[in-house]
Amino acid sequence: MIEVKDLYYTYPTGLEALKGISLTVNDGEFLAVMGQNGAGKTTLVKHFNGLLKPTKGEILVDGVSTRDVSVAQLARNVGFVFQNPDHQLFSETVEEEIVFALRNFGFEKAVIEKQVDWALNLLDVTQYRKTSPFMLSGGERKRVALASILAWDPQVIILDEPTIGQDHQQKEKLQQFILQLNAQKKTVIVVTHDVEFVAECSPRVILMSQGKIVVDGTAKKILTNPKVLAQASIVPPQITQIFLELADLGLPTDVIDVHEATKILLNRLRKRS
Amino acid sequence: MSVFEGFKFRKVSSVVHDLDPRIKFFFVSVLFVMAILFTKLLALTVLFFIPLPFVFMAKVNRQWLRSLRGAAFLAIFIFATNFIFGYFSPASFQGITPPVDTLVEYLVLLERAAAMTLRFVVLIASFSVFFLTTSPDHLGLALQQSRIPYEFCFAFTTAVRFVPVLADEAQTIMDAQKARGLELERGNLLKRVKNYIPILIPLIVNAIRRSLELAESMESRAWGASEKRTNLYELKLKRADYILVLISVLMLLLAVYVWLYVSIPSLTTLLSL
Repeated sequence: MIEVKDLYYTYPTGLEALKGISLTVNDGEFLAVMGQNGAGKTTLVKHFNGLLKPTKGEILVDGVSTRDVSVAQLARNVGFVFQNPDHQLFSETVEEEIVFALRNFGFEKAVIEKQVDWALNLLDVTQYRKTSPFMLSGGERKRVALASILAWDPQVIILDEPTIGQDHQQKEKLQQFILQLNAQKKTVIVVTHDVEFVAECSPRVILMSQGKIVVDGTAKKILTNPKVLAQASIVPPQITQIFLELADLGLPTDVIDVHEATKILLNRLRKRS
Repeated sequence: MSVFEGFKFRKVSSVVHDLDPRIKFFFVSVLFVMAILFTKLLALTVLFFIPLPFVFMAKVNRQWLRSLRGAAFLAIFIFATNFIFGYFSPASFQGITPPVDTLVEYLVLLERAAAMTLRFVVLIASFSVFFLTTSPDHLGLALQQSRIPYEFCFAFTTAVRFVPVLADEAQTIMDAQKARGLELERGNLLKRVKNYIPILIPLIVNAIRRSLELAESMESRAWGASEKRTNLYELKLKRADYILVLISVLMLLLAVYVWLYVSIPSLTTLLSL
């Protein structure tokens, strides 16, 4: 469980990025952190594995204050997948890239071999085992980066903008994969701008603006409220926009899912005919 | 990274910022020559105070101090190596008959090491003022008006402009690797140097990628298409610039005179009197 208590963070340059954040993320929860650029989303999640330490306030991860432990100790339970895979890939082969973290955490050789096989298979990159990560496409590099984090099987997985730069097919796969992780009782925290992605996954959402949490609730509640979304420069998903515009026809205004929308429209059409 | 901060241009309105970059560079070069001419602690201490009025006039005291703090590690290294080498080969020092055993002889060694360190500090202090108060654009203009081919000017200003970008990127890469359990400060000296490989490789690869992208984007905007370039702004010397030239020339003449005809006493001899 991650508990954030009245968190303030000011960068050394004097920029106050977080202003009094309080939040609890329960075990096995799926949370999306949304908001405009510079709202403090990444700054907030960087506190969860101790990369940043609070200027004021406190963060407890499983009851332990992040001030008292190193990033390496926290990272064992809290995996962080950075937005740009090029900020972490450095090894000669994909296999070595995945071994890197396992070695840092002091796993035994037999366990390392087993975990590498498992992670390569999980992200469907086994065929690139002996390839240089620099020779892979953007989507493949992202999968390798993800595999290198999941390899040590952390309980909490933080993904910073996972859908950026991914084609539709990759995005679908990633979405299925994230839902699968959550179904395995992993805590998943996603930082994203992608409303369509959030609408389809339907997690708990916190909306941030200027270093504060504007609203905290279900995806359905937040993504169908254009006024609240506007505070964070976000527009509702396209399907919600259509239903909001057709509200005068008596259609519900809280639809975020395409399948649900299809069902409602089919019912209407059937009734008419 | 604080040493980079001390070389990053700050936009402030001041007399020093308005000075012609060529003249400022001449002034800093005169300080450089003077720092090389003298080896005595007393002379170098005087040199250290020369850039101070400029720092205060330009209102960059904090950033300037930061550059000195950033250089502290190297300064300590210079002091230690000078002292150690002096101790083992004292024959080249005036006033010491090997081996080093009396208090005065130790003081001579210490003074020499302190002078060499101060020489380095003077160089950092003066060049820091130059870079803190000269915008990369002005620097590029100054180079062009000094008849240096435009290609070189562009390469130089681009390099200067990308220093802060690289510093930011290095920080992100460090965070990404720490999140995978890398502990930079762990192990013996060799291990610590090796710890930086996962930081340096992505940094270099990304810098090369960025430079190729920049080249393509410049060429697609017809860079280098016209033989003769003209500039919207041109640098013109003002009264303050002429005054600084005069001060610089006088300083240089005085320094050469002192170097040729005046023997500067060492602190040790002064104190023993």
